[in-house]
Amino acid sequence: MKMKIFVPRDATAVAVGADEVVAAFAQIAAKRSLPIEIVRTGSRGLHWLEPMVEVATLKGRVAYGPVSSEDVASVFESMASNGPHALRLGVADEIPWLKRQTRLTFARCGVIDPRSLEDYRAHGGYKGLERALSLGSDAILTEVTASGLRGRGGAGFPTGIKWKTVAQAKADRKFIVCNADEGDSGTFADRMIMEGDPFLVIEGMTTAGITVGATKGYIYIRSEYPHAVAAMKAAIVAARRGGYLGDKIGGSTHSFDMEVRVGAGAYVCGEETSLLESLEGRRGLVRAKPPLPAHHGLFGKPTVINNVLSFAAIPFILAEGAKAYADFGMGRSRGTMPIQLAGNIRQGGLFETAFGVTLGELVDDIGGGTFTGRPVRAVQVGGPLGAYFPRALFDTPFDYEAFAARDGLIGHGGIVVFDDSVDMRKQARFAMEFCAVESCGKCTPCRIGSTRGVETIEKIIRGERVSENLALVEDLCNTMKFGSLCALGGFTPYPVLSALKHFREDFAPAPTTLQAAE
Amino acid sequence: MTTVYEPSYEPWDETRGAEIIAEHARQEGATLVILHALQEAFGYVPEAAIPMVAQTLNLSRAEVHGVFTFYHDFRHKPAGRHVLKLCRAEACQAAGGDALAARAEAKLGVSLGNTTADDRVTLEPIYCLGLCSTAPSAMLDGRLIGRLDEKRIDALVAEAQR
Repeated sequence: MKMKIFVPRDATAVAVGADEVVAAFAQIAAKRSLPIEIVRTGSRGLHWLEPMVEVATLKGRVAYGPVSSEDVASVFESMASNGPHALRLGVADEIPWLKRQTRLTFARCGVIDPRSLEDYRAHGGYKGLERALSLGSDAILTEVTASGLRGRGGAGFPTGIKWKTVAQAKADRKFIVCNADEGDSGTFADRMIMEGDPFLVIEGMTTAGITVGATKGYIYIRSEYPHAVAAMKAAIVAARRGGYLGDKIGGSTHSFDMEVRVGAGAYVCGEETSLLESLEGRRGLVRAKPPLPAHHGLFGKPTVINNVLSFAAIPFILAEGAKAYADFGMGRSRGTMPIQLAGNIRQGGLFETAFGVTLGELVDDIGGGTFTGRPVRAVQVGGPLGAYFPRALFDTPFDYEAFAARDGLIGHGGIVVFDDSVDMRKQARFAMEFCAVESCGKCTPCRIGSTRGVETIEKIIRGERVSENLALVEDLCNTMKFGSLCALGGFTPYPVLSALKHFREDFAPAPTTLQAAE
Repeated sequence: MTTVYEPSYEPWDETRGAEIIAEHARQEGATLVILHALQEAFGYVPEAAIPMVAQTLNLSRAEVHGVFTFYHDFRHKPAGRHVLKLCRAEACQAAGGDALAARAEAKLGVSLGNTTADDRVTLEPIYCLGLCSTAPSAMLDGRLIGRLDEKRIDALVAEAQR
């Protein structure tokens, strides 16, 4: 029997040697004249085990990892003889880290060949769209609203209400825009799903199109993600060929087509109105709201603009029903969140689970603490605009409201772990510096405030009039928070103020001054 | 598999530039698409191309110049023979990226954002490659590298200098 071996083509796996592993397998199979079939999949998300290689057996797919090209010869022997190996992890689906997840959005990621429409359909793909086509617009809106799905980009706005607004708008043209400008450090869920299950994103956008009456969609992907761009482009071509994009999709009377647009290195374009400006071919200047994109979006037309993960959640909701999704979660945060564990972490990767898991469970238990082995001191949740939380707040449940209540945000679900060597003054300074570099320049609090913020924090670091300057930074943060047009200037205070509040000792005047004051 | 990928670009040519612009001009909101295509062909966006884009899209020169300068990706002159991008965002900072970036700067004798005097290597910061669980990360001429340590960064720098 021909051995079937699965190796991820996900960028994370490629960055740690997956392509070299594939070459080594091909070489050894040729040498041993044993025919093998190598399938390139997405990543299962156990990134500390990448490249994680699997082989099809009668008991299911057996995984090995992390496999380097030097390990391939012995791994190959183990696969061929079903024998033991130090890197053998057992049946992939039974690995505890995977088994304890609730994979609704990422169910297929790492399992199927992302280039194969047949594989997607064989694993339940397009069931959601088929049901959507039989339901019609109003019933779809009811389902999406009842699922409780909230915008996964970070703002958490109810998706059903957004779609309904666009559905009710009257216009000659409407658009579906997918925000794949995943610029937050510590996040990679959009990238993984685009590379590992791109048809899912297409299905979600297509469903949005038939719901609101839009026939054209754009997916705006950041240029830092060339693998995701290639995967989405290939999937769009395949979907078109399979009758799932273009005229009369899935044999219905609806038409919908879409194309990929590539960003150009501006972080602010992840803000929805800035992204729309960029799609229109202009500088990514943030627009004042209202008017909302739902009324006046791309090219001035009613537009549904959602994050990749929001669209990717839709097919499950329609295939299995709103209740199946809403049954997971807590409070007003329904369903699951693909959480990304990153930075200085032993078991980093993607962990999809129902809302409500605590930050401590995620970092210590699931993440296994730091890879340096030093104590965890701070975690930044929600990207460069998210707050730094100390261990004292590790009982916070992963939930939009619970994080907001503690002056933080879950954002796009990224968690960056720092050990006790972190200097929080440096992190606070970086937050301001990043804002200064990436500000679109339209509003003053963000444009000027961030630069003054960098200068003032530098004075604190140099020990110049520390308490006065700390008060000044806090005042500046308030101005930015309430006076900025968008989340860039408005949320940069989160990392800065949280660093000041929870890690005050890092900002204290030099010890000699302290003694003098006593 | 560690063969050095050498990006090859065409020298600027007005006729070729006009062709590229015309090829994409009919798309809605084509400015970024065209700038990307020009940079892909020539390795940078030649100044002479800006008024050509403006004329084709019926925009002012200032508007196109404004778009060109807003985005970090677009170059006004060719980069070095190799481009080494080091991720400098929080996840990579948490994983020891600061020290590795300083090491690369010292080895190459240039700070981030600059090109070596022999035009061999352009060293640039990048804000997140989305490889945050296998940090620190880098990209050499489009090739991704994760789990960087001193040995790997030294090898990358040496490869870029070749």
